[in-house]
Amino acid sequence: MPDQLIFAMEVVANGLMTGVMYALVALGFVLIYKASGIFNYAQGVMALFAAMTLVGIQEGRVPFAHLINATFGTEIHHLPWHSVPALLAIALTVLVMIGLAWFVQKVVFHHLVGQEPIILFMATIGLAYFLEGVADLMWGSEIRTLDIGLPQGINTIIDETTFNWFGYGFFIDNLDIVAAIVAAVLVAGLVAFAQYTKQGRAMRAVADDHQAALSVGISLNFVWILVWSLAGFVALVAGTMWGAKSGVQFSLSLIALKALPVLMLGGFTSIPGAIVGGLIIGVGEALFEFIVSSNDIFGAVFGFTLNATENWFAYVLALIFLVFRPQGLFGEKIIERV
Amino acid sequence: MFYREAGDFKTSYAADNQTFPIAFDRYRYYFVLFIAIAVIPFVVNEYWANALLLPFLIYAIAAIGLNILTGYCGQVSLGTGGFMAVGAYATYKLMTAFPGLDMVTITFLSGFITAGVGVLFGLPSLRIKGFYLAVATLAAQFFLVWLFNRVPWFYNYSASGQINAPERTMFGLAVTGPNAEVWVKYLFCLFFVILLAWVARNLTRGTVGRQWMAIRDMDIAAEIIGVNPLKAKLTAFAISSFYVGISGALLFSVFLGAVEVGEAFGITKSFLVLFMVIIGGLGSIFGSFAGAAFLVLLPVALKVLGVDTLGWPTDIVAHFQLVIVGGLIIFFLIVEPHGLAQLWRLAKEKLRLWPFPH
Repeated sequence: MPDQLIFAMEVVANGLMTGVMYALVALGFVLIYKASGIFNYAQGVMALFAAMTLVGIQEGRVPFAHLINATFGTEIHHLPWHSVPALLAIALTVLVMIGLAWFVQKVVFHHLVGQEPIILFMATIGLAYFLEGVADLMWGSEIRTLDIGLPQGINTIIDETTFNWFGYGFFIDNLDIVAAIVAAVLVAGLVAFAQYTKQGRAMRAVADDHQAALSVGISLNFVWILVWSLAGFVALVAGTMWGAKSGVQFSLSLIALKALPVLMLGGFTSIPGAIVGGLIIGVGEALFEFIVSSNDIFGAVFGFTLNATENWFAYVLALIFLVFRPQGLFGEKIIERV
Repeated sequence: MFYREAGDFKTSYAADNQTFPIAFDRYRYYFVLFIAIAVIPFVVNEYWANALLLPFLIYAIAAIGLNILTGYCGQVSLGTGGFMAVGAYATYKLMTAFPGLDMVTITFLSGFITAGVGVLFGLPSLRIKGFYLAVATLAAQFFLVWLFNRVPWFYNYSASGQINAPERTMFGLAVTGPNAEVWVKYLFCLFFVILLAWVARNLTRGTVGRQWMAIRDMDIAAEIIGVNPLKAKLTAFAISSFYVGISGALLFSVFLGAVEVGEAFGITKSFLVLFMVIIGGLGSIFGSFAGAAFLVLLPVALKVLGVDTLGWPTDIVAHFQLVIVGGLIIFFLIVEPHGLAQLWRLAKEKLRLWPFPH
C-alpha cells in the first residue's frame, strides 16, 4: 500500500477523534437552542469557566485571590489543603455550573422572554465576555494543567496492531479514545434522560412548543434552568477533555468557534446532527490540511502548498453545504409563511 | 427657544422633507458640525486624538456600515473584521503600487474593492438566513484573515508579515506615516465621516433604504409586494462593505500605521463593531455614532478609574473591563433593546412637551 494512503488513514482516524471533541461542544449548543431558541455563543466560555473552576477547586485555590490581595494588600493564595480528590472536585464544579445556570436564567434570560432571537444571541455574547472576565478574576489567567487521572500518550495497542497490518504504527492519543467513549456515554445518557424521565419529557415538550407545554402545566422556568444546567455539565465534560489535551487557558473558549460550523452542517436542532457534523468537519479539515500541505500530493500538482487551513476550512465547507441545504443535514425544514 | 415644530412654517416640499424638521435640531446639527470642523482641529492634541477622537470617527464609519447591513437590511454579519482587513490591505497595495495617488482616491478605491468582496460573500445570503447566515459570515472573517496572513503578495513579501503605511499626502500635507500632524489626520477622517454619514442618512430614507427595511421586516412579504431580494440584499452587502472597507483603510493608514492582520482585524473586532451597533441602536445612524462613542470611551474611562485612581494592577483592570462590557451589554439589552438611539428618541419626545407635559 502506498505510504501516502496509510498516512491519510492515520489522519482520518485522528480527524474522527477530533470530530468527537467538536461534537461534544456542539452538543451543548443544540440542547439550549432546542429548548429555548437561544443561540448560546457563551458555550465555549462556559467550557473554559468549568475547566478553570475544576482546576481551581482541585488545587485548593482561593477564588478572587488576586483581586483580594490587590485591594487589601494581603497575601493569600491557597486554602489550607492543597489538593482535592478529582471526583469531589468534579461534583463541586457541577454544583457551580448549576448555580451558574440558575443565575443566567434568573438574571439574564428571565428578563428577555419574548425578545427577538438576535437580541438573545447578543445577550449570550455579552454573557461570554462577562463569564470570561469573572473566570479570569476568580482563578487568574495563567495557563494551568488539568490532571484528573485520564490516560494520555500514544495508544500502544493500536500502534502495534496497525504496525503488524501496514508496517506503520498509527499514532492515536489515549485521551482521544477516552473522549470518544465519554462522548458516546454522554449522548446515550442524554437521550435516555430525554426519553425516559419526567423532566426529560418536559424538556422535549418545551422544545416542541412553548405555549402548549405551558398550558399543560410545565414550568418553563424550571425547564430552562434544567437545560442550562445540562449545557453546563456538557461544557464541563468538553472543558475537561480539551483542558487535559491542551491545557486550561483562554484559547479553550475559542473551541466554540470550532463548534459553530459543526452546528451549521448538522443543523441547530439535532443531536445526531451535532455528532455527524462533528465527525465530518473533524475528518474533512484534517484530510484537507493533509492534502494541501503535502509536497507530494498538492505541491506536485499546483507547485505550492498551503498550511493552517483548519482556521477556515470548516466554515467554508459548511457554507458550501448550506447553499444546497439551508437548514443543515438534520435540521428541521424551514417553512416560511407570510 | 422651545423644542417643537410649532411656528416653524414649511413653504416647500424640500423643506417639508428635510432630515431635521425641527429648527432646534437643525441649529444643533450645524453647531456640532461647526465645533467639529472649525474648533477641534485647533485645540486637538496627540493624546485626545489617538485615545478618543480618531478611533471614534473610524469606528463610527464601520458602525454605520454594519448598521446598514444588520440594522436596516436585517442580515446579521460577524465578518466585519475580515472586511476591514480587505480595506486595509487594499489601501496598502494601492499606496505601494501607485505612490503618486492621493489618499482620498486610494481610500475610496479600497472601499470599492471591499464592496466587491462583500458582494461575493453576500451571495449565500439569498439562500441562507438568520443564524445560519451569521455563522456563514464567519467564513469570510476567518478565510480573509488567513489569506492576508499566508499569501506573501498581500504584505509585499515583508519579513515580519506586517504592513506599514508609507507617507502619503493630501493637498501637500502628510496624512499617513510618522510625520503626519494630528489635526490633519483628524480632518481627513472627519471628511469621510461627514460625507459617509450624510450619504447613509439619505440612502436609508430613500427607495433603497425602504427596500432594505422591507426585507428586514419580512423578506417573503417584501418579495410579494415587488421588492427584488437579490438587488436589496446585495446592495446592502455592497454598501455596507464599502463603509466597513473605508473604515478599515483609515484604521490602518491613518490611525495605526502598522498592522498585523490577526491582531488588528480578528474576530474580536467583528464583535466590537457589532456591539457598537447593538448598544447604539439597530437601524439608526445616530445610534452608530452613539455606540461607537460609548465603546471607545468605556475602556479609556475604566483605565483612568481603575489604574490611575484606584491603583489596581493592569491585568485586574483588563479582566474587570471584560466583566463590565459584558454586563453592560446584557444590561442594555434588558433595559432598552433598541439602544441609545431609542433613549435619545424618548428624550426628544419628552422635550417636545416640556415644560407642560400632559
